[in-house]
Amino acid sequence: MLQYKNHLEKLAKLKVKEISLIENVQTFLDKIELNKDLNAFNFVFEDALEQAKIVEEKIFNGTYGKLAGMVIAIKDVLAIKDKPLTCSSKILENFNSVYTATAIQKLIDEDAIIIGKTNCDEFAMGSSNENSAFGKVLNPIDKTRVPGGSSGGSAVAVAANLCDVSLGTDTGGSIRQPASFCGIFGLKPTYGRVSRYGLTAFASSFDTIGPFANNVEDIALILSVLSGKDEFDSTSKEIDIPNFLELLNEKNKIKIGIPQEFFGEGLNEEIKNIIQKKIDFLSQNEKIEFVDIHLPHNQYSIATYYILTTAEASANLQRYDGVRYGVRDKNQNELDEMYTQTRSNGFGKEVKRRIMLGTYVLSSGYYDAYYTKAQKVRRLIQEDFQNAFKKVDVILTPTSPFTAFKIGEKLSNPLEMYLSDIYTTSANLAGIPGISIPVGNDSNGLPIGLQLLANQFNEALLLQTAKKLIHKINE
Amino acid sequence: MNSKYEAVIGLEVHAQLSTKSKIFCGCSTKFGSNPNSNVCPICLGHPGVLPVLNKKVVEYAALMGFATNCKIRERSIFARKNYFYPDSPKGWQTSQFDEPICENGFLDVTTSDGVEHHLNITRIHMEEDAGKSIHDKGSETLVDLNRTGVPLIEIVSEPDMRSAEEAYLYLTKLKQILTYLNICDGNMEEGSLRCDANVSIRLKNETSLGTKTEVKNMNSFKNVEKAINVEIARQIEIVEDGGRIIQQTLLWDADLEDVFPMRSKEESHDYRYFPEPDLMPIVINENWRNEIAENLPELPEVRKNRFISEFKLPEYDAEILTSNRPLADYYEKVITVTRDYKSASNWIMGEVLKVLKEDKIEITDFPLSAENLGKLIELINNNTISGQIAKDIFPEILKTNEDPSKIVREKNLVQITDTSKLEGIISTIISSNQAQVQQYLSGKDSVIGFFVGQVMKASQGKANPKVVNELLKKKLIEQK
Ligand SMILES: [Zn+2]
Repeated sequence: MLQYKNHLEKLAKLKVKEISLIENVQTFLDKIELNKDLNAFNFVFEDALEQAKIVEEKIFNGTYGKLAGMVIAIKDVLAIKDKPLTCSSKILENFNSVYTATAIQKLIDEDAIIIGKTNCDEFAMGSSNENSAFGKVLNPIDKTRVPGGSSGGSAVAVAANLCDVSLGTDTGGSIRQPASFCGIFGLKPTYGRVSRYGLTAFASSFDTIGPFANNVEDIALILSVLSGKDEFDSTSKEIDIPNFLELLNEKNKIKIGIPQEFFGEGLNEEIKNIIQKKIDFLSQNEKIEFVDIHLPHNQYSIATYYILTTAEASANLQRYDGVRYGVRDKNQNELDEMYTQTRSNGFGKEVKRRIMLGTYVLSSGYYDAYYTKAQKVRRLIQEDFQNAFKKVDVILTPTSPFTAFKIGEKLSNPLEMYLSDIYTTSANLAGIPGISIPVGNDSNGLPIGLQLLANQFNEALLLQTAKKLIHKINE
Repeated sequence: MNSKYEAVIGLEVHAQLSTKSKIFCGCSTKFGSNPNSNVCPICLGHPGVLPVLNKKVVEYAALMGFATNCKIRERSIFARKNYFYPDSPKGWQTSQFDEPICENGFLDVTTSDGVEHHLNITRIHMEEDAGKSIHDKGSETLVDLNRTGVPLIEIVSEPDMRSAEEAYLYLTKLKQILTYLNICDGNMEEGSLRCDANVSIRLKNETSLGTKTEVKNMNSFKNVEKAINVEIARQIEIVEDGGRIIQQTLLWDADLEDVFPMRSKEESHDYRYFPEPDLMPIVINENWRNEIAENLPELPEVRKNRFISEFKLPEYDAEILTSNRPLADYYEKVITVTRDYKSASNWIMGEVLKVLKEDKIEITDFPLSAENLGKLIELINNNTISGQIAKDIFPEILKTNEDPSKIVREKNLVQITDTSKLEGIISTIISSNQAQVQQYLSGKDSVIGFFVGQVMKASQGKANPKVVNELLKKKLIEQK
């Protein structure tokens, strides 16, 4: 176990030399090595030790940033200058980024220490972290099971204490679902809250960057650093950045909506019962009120999500063509053959499946039936949430209909795999923030995640609620 | 053309906008830099990069919209046009599809038969240019991505043109407006202006459209006209022979002066357009619209009419002087020095344009300042020098761009208007040319020209011809 319960405590201990940052980083490096079988990291940065020296110096002379000494692992879809950026794909196995993502730069500017890049599903496409050119990632709680995906490596890095905090990306649940499978906290911020510049695009109008942590405080702290309008991302929004950490302990009365559609068929009975018990228990508290609500279009969210994200992905992944960077098939003389072979060999099965699906829905003659219609449904789903947030502050749902499943269990059935995200994709369709918090274990000892959703840019309330619920549940 | 048929022509014109930086990144748009030097991760399409729209591009596109009578959309969006090609780093061209910035404009042109044609413009949209593939280095294809992301507008006309001449005039007018707005240099040879033509034919009283072909690769205005004529003739020949026109893309070969089909593989694209999720919709509100409109300069048509009414110039003069903005500016500068509007026009249309043509330069590179040309004209008008002297010293003024009055003084070229001085010269000439005097006195008036010539010669051209004429007539009569 770690010698501190969150970053503020760590920083306090670093200041009084109760902890040595260099030893701390070395311990993480040793643990990463020791837990190599989890396969959480694609790349480990040995230069983290030198960074630790510099930051420790800064801490002693009082010129340190907000995240001084926080050891962070980064999902390998985010760009860091002169470091590999593979997206866990063979097609980028030799690629180093020439610039740094805005979100990462903000962490570095606040003296965080980047310890490495984590494994993930190829181009963030997957729900089990089994689609990676670097091999599958194991769930540290049960190594025969998946950690969830696509940010599986980032979730495992935090769950197995291989770092303090990690960054993942969430396009349809890729932070919340692995957080739930690994028993930790994972936040998907509002679309536009955190700059996407430097995030390798999967589905541009869905992609978000967010943190994994062992506690809500670190989530709140890191979110305030990541947030803000970026001149390099036109879709990032100029909006107030609250001090999320300070606001965590606000004691407002909150009204929580329970969408009936999220507790019906398909939800594992055990998960359903445990969450229901938690709700009953929390209902006794006079400051928390639960009401039933409806999100009628959620039943279309998976279909809508897969039409729109694959459409965007089919375009976003066209740049990996072997012409300018990445791996090129050198045996071909004809341009078309070079493209075909490079992409056939460079992409994995799931990525190719989605490129084909996306190409299909955008094709002339099919565009209106799929893409245009899905955009309409997306608006209906957004309206569902707008209406719901007129009545309640926060919405509570299970994060996933099941707990971590066995490795290989759903690989041959993509549709079943896609259902992992049945409760998470709607937040991306609506652009609202969501967090998964651990609320207990099933009979196999596997973690169960509870998802909270709030209105756009209302992360402060979302995190407050998360803190309040966790506090009560653990009492 | 076979008189049974009429041609139906529409043009798609691409104009490279002369912004300093590219449309979605800060890279320079400078022409002629080393290959792949004006590039960054954004225009190279590296993983994770995002576009940020250059506001100037929107303003330039809207200006062109205003100048071509278009409706400017309050909200327009970008779209991805997907295709694979090595000079397209993202695998798509960011363009506009179903909500372009400008729609429903028009231009009027007058053909040589004096008929005015109202030509509708469907749309103007913004997009990025692709890079350049260079195939001539052995078996390798080299790619230069300096041009990738240079802003373009595409101006799409309705199929309203019925002859290559109309197409030529329409294109010329577009170029004139683009250069007046100072948003494109209009150079077809360098590719900053490109034109594709959609051509079909039909029987004269037919209302439905025939199958069209697209003709590409014309690199000059004259070639556009030629290519269209060649294509019209080709189509008529096919139809006359009982054949059918195939919808296809044709490439113009300027050396062979003929069109050839493009490989069909290169044109069978499904571009899978969809709205660009990385860019917000462009919203041009009332304020911004007004700001842009304020930057709209006086357009060629309006300026021409003003030249006619304000400076009393013939339409022919006004047309030529306003054919491009710097020339019209030059004229207007000359006439701040001299108020002799017509002489100023004559000098520019004569001597100045002659030099431009001979030296193949633009008016902006013309060495003689408008101020000094104005002064030269004034020297004639206030009788300091004769028109002939002015023309004689013009090459020297051109070389030095010195104040003409200084040169006139230095070379002692001030016109002789002093009658006593001239009377002496005239008396000598009359006395030594008695034969001609007798001819004149016997009624042969034209002999006066001989005497004027002699006086001018004797005065080294400095004599004021008008004064000489009067004095001569007087002195010759006295010989009676
Ligand atoms: Zn650039």
